[in-house]
Amino acid sequence: MASILAVDDSASMRQMVSFALKNAGHNVVEAVDGQDGLNAAKENKVSLVITDVNMPNMDGIALIKELRNLPDYKFTPILMLTTESAPHKKQEGKDAGATGWIVKPFDPDQLLATINKVLG
Amino acid sequence: MAIDITQFHETFFEESFEGLDIMESGLLNLDIGAADNDTVNSIFRAAHSIKGGSATFGFTEVAEFTHGMETLLDEMRDGSRDVTQESVDTLLQSVDCLREMLAASRDKTPIDVDRSEVLKKELESILATGNNSSTLAASGELKDHDQASESNDREGWHIKFTPHHDMLRTGNDPVRMFRELAELGELIVDVDISQLPILDDLDPEESYMSWELTLKCNVEIDKVKEIFEWVEDECDFELSEIKSETPAPDSAEKVQDTSSEVDTSATLHRAIAAKPQAAKAAAGGKTPANTDSASIRVSIDKVDALINMVGELVITQSMIGQLDCDFDDFDNSRMEKLRDGLTLLERNTRELQESVMRIRMLPISFAFNRFPRMVHDLCQKLDKKIELKTTGEQTELDKTVMEKIGDPLVHLVRNSIDHGIEMPEERLAANKSETGIIELNAFHKGGNIIIEIKDDGAGFNKDRIKAKAIERELIGSDEQLSDDKIYDLIFQPGFSTAEQLSDISGRGVGMDVVRRNIRELGGNIDVTSEEGQGTTFTIRLPLTLAILDGQLVCVGDEIYITPLVSIVESLQIKEEFVNNIAGQTELYKVRDDYIPIVRMHDMFGIGTKRESLEGGLLVVVEGDGKKAGLLVDELLGQQQVVIKSLETNYKRVDGVSGATILGDGTVALILDVDGLIDLSRNPPAPARNQESSIREVA
Amino acid sequence: MSTAQQIDTNTSVDVMTDTDQYLTFILAGEEYGVDILRVQEIKGWDSVTPIPNTPDYIKGVINLRGTIVPIVDLRHRFSLDAIPYGATTVVIVLKVTSDNGNRTMGIVVDAVSDVYNVAAEEMKPPPDFGAISIDYVKGLATVEEKMVIVLEIDKLLNSGVMENAEALLQ
Repeated sequence: MASILAVDDSASMRQMVSFALKNAGHNVVEAVDGQDGLNAAKENKVSLVITDVNMPNMDGIALIKELRNLPDYKFTPILMLTTESAPHKKQEGKDAGATGWIVKPFDPDQLLATINKVLG
Repeated sequence: MAIDITQFHETFFEESFEGLDIMESGLLNLDIGAADNDTVNSIFRAAHSIKGGSATFGFTEVAEFTHGMETLLDEMRDGSRDVTQESVDTLLQSVDCLREMLAASRDKTPIDVDRSEVLKKELESILATGNNSSTLAASGELKDHDQASESNDREGWHIKFTPHHDMLRTGNDPVRMFRELAELGELIVDVDISQLPILDDLDPEESYMSWELTLKCNVEIDKVKEIFEWVEDECDFELSEIKSETPAPDSAEKVQDTSSEVDTSATLHRAIAAKPQAAKAAAGGKTPANTDSASIRVSIDKVDALINMVGELVITQSMIGQLDCDFDDFDNSRMEKLRDGLTLLERNTRELQESVMRIRMLPISFAFNRFPRMVHDLCQKLDKKIELKTTGEQTELDKTVMEKIGDPLVHLVRNSIDHGIEMPEERLAANKSETGIIELNAFHKGGNIIIEIKDDGAGFNKDRIKAKAIERELIGSDEQLSDDKIYDLIFQPGFSTAEQLSDISGRGVGMDVVRRNIRELGGNIDVTSEEGQGTTFTIRLPLTLAILDGQLVCVGDEIYITPLVSIVESLQIKEEFVNNIAGQTELYKVRDDYIPIVRMHDMFGIGTKRESLEGGLLVVVEGDGKKAGLLVDELLGQQQVVIKSLETNYKRVDGVSGATILGDGTVALILDVDGLIDLSRNPPAPARNQESSIREVA
Repeated sequence: MSTAQQIDTNTSVDVMTDTDQYLTFILAGEEYGVDILRVQEIKGWDSVTPIPNTPDYIKGVINLRGTIVPIVDLRHRFSLDAIPYGATTVVIVLKVTSDNGNRTMGIVVDAVSDVYNVAAEEMKPPPDFGAISIDYVKGLATVEEKMVIVLEIDKLLNSGVMENAEALLQ
């Protein structure tokens, strides 16, 4: 169905997100940090990006900024994974150009519901 | 369709334990006065990941406990809080507690709530006295206090929605939001395009339109606001109720830029109503479990090297295959090519073997990295000053060997801390620096890995050791022993010269167990010491458990492998040195020792034509401190053999530790030296073996 | 001159009734059968490495493509007279199930006979032989007018090999 980029330095989160999305028929590209995510976005044409915020080698906010500078990703939906204890991060993300956010912890069904809304 | 997320638990635990290691080493390396921000950040990230993961995967107590640590670390990394010794110590203890909690979650055993509560309070008190007034409240922001008005007379909502010009730039699409609204109920959409510029001036990346939406459905206000949550700042949004008595919306409720938040912190709140946990069995001085995991991480380089080597092997094989060896037609040039091919094959196979073994190898840093923390904690406890130095952390050894060498290493380092390094005052009085040094060195030598545990402490007192040994009747009171032999005495069972058995290292689990464990791995341990200067323990270990350096021996028609590491020497028997005890046990005099002769033919029920012992071959072996001489017929070559299990398809056989496949494809048994020595003292009932010679049993 | 044959367990089985396939072999003139699903392969007899201090029906172990496999001589096991191994002497390699998992073991027999289908209802319960414990016999079948003694291979090989059992003789 769609090609989705999942960026998170936590392997278990990546696995879960990847599994849930693949299970729903999507194609998933994984990246382990911001820099990896940026490279992956350049190498693969994806229709949606999901990224964690706290990562080494370029955090989520910086990644979003970089993505929005790429012509292919000007309007691509980008969702941040935030925690409810860091509300200011949502604003930072939005300022950087994020489409929206998903609050951690979430379960796969919540994730899929949100993805489906965005992908249309 | 619910996805079973328990399948990701294992990965979560693995990465969490790694994260805890990162936190611990980071905390130990923090300079209290000038904390390096990168380090603090990495510690924070590790805590953050664990918190996020544990919440996601349903480990609520862990999530809740980690939250406090994360908050503290967050303040440290953004500069609003200083890094103090107190907070570092509390965080270190919290790391320990978290380890236990994670292990309990993984093993499905009860979590020690008391311990975590104590630490949580400590964290809370640190946070309370901080530079800002953050609390440990799980959800820190205000819940939207909009009236959850139960208006049964509400017919729907009227929405005026005007995206700002650049709303599209965040990838938000008004159509998406309308679709969501339409899912709630009947939606009527009216668009206002009055702001659209002429085509030439139109920028397709900008939004010029605004909409009036009528949602005919009695839903809660939150449900509507939720849909527009992401774009709150990027649009003008007006929301008003449509009530049945009033045909038109009266007081429009302007809802703009709220910071309302859909409450997803329910999981954390639930955790606060703590369920009383039953057993506190997990508590109390339990060192973090050293799980022998059944999986191994391999660097991709090693795998690539392996693939290359197999490729070469295939090429060599096809090259030899192409030689088309028809024996009638064989000539010298073919012979040459065959020989070359076989040499190449030998090299390929050897390289492949080395490459495969390297896969099981991990750097010894995995074993060494528990020591900085241990030294730090014990120093605090004993009021000693010790610096730990490690070299050769990248030296690789087999994963299983490393897992098993952990406990012996801990014992030796504890000994150094406890009995080796003196109290600071003593050291100063002896003209030494106040801070003692313990060195852990690892390096490869020959086909082995050498690990040194070196301290510059008090060293061994020869006289005290001798006295203790005499007291324990290990040696005679007038025995003359070389220094080496004296130091070697500490490896005798039950030996401890500590005045009182401190709970740290004198639990009677002594040096003899350490030596035995190392021997079981096919290695050895030696000690040298100088009184007043220090002590050095040297451990020698084979690089892998699957391969053995063996001496092939012939007993009757059968070939057996004796592990080289167990062989002391081989000699030819001279009848004059043979002694007989009670007509049964035969002893052979080798210099000053009398060692029992083990007649392999009898042990294994193999026939022999040999009548007298004169001229027979004796292989002197040593196992677990005892020596014996194995009577064999012939010494064949020495070679490396691959150890194959006998127990996979059969069972354990006394005197045999495994089997191997020789070059000709036949099976040869590998001798278990310790087992043989025991067997020789308690010979088995004669097997009903057709070839066995009739022999009387004691 | 060892021949190795893999048994293809995909040969069709009568799906109508509850039928099993058995590989039969000859031992001292009698025909015995084992569940074909347990047969991994058939090898010619090759030399064996003896294991010390084991009952003499355990000939020793062989190298089967890198794995150490114990070999049981069934003539010994059934206390029949031993005969020298000849050209038709064969080792049947079997997959044996026990409490601690699966093992691979081989049995030495005089010769291999054939593969037969036997329906469950055609199998008669074994009478008390006296010679072999009925624990080790699944039942008797009549195939082409011959009597085939169908063996309970797990019990037979596990009991002998795993405990240092004395005789099978009751």
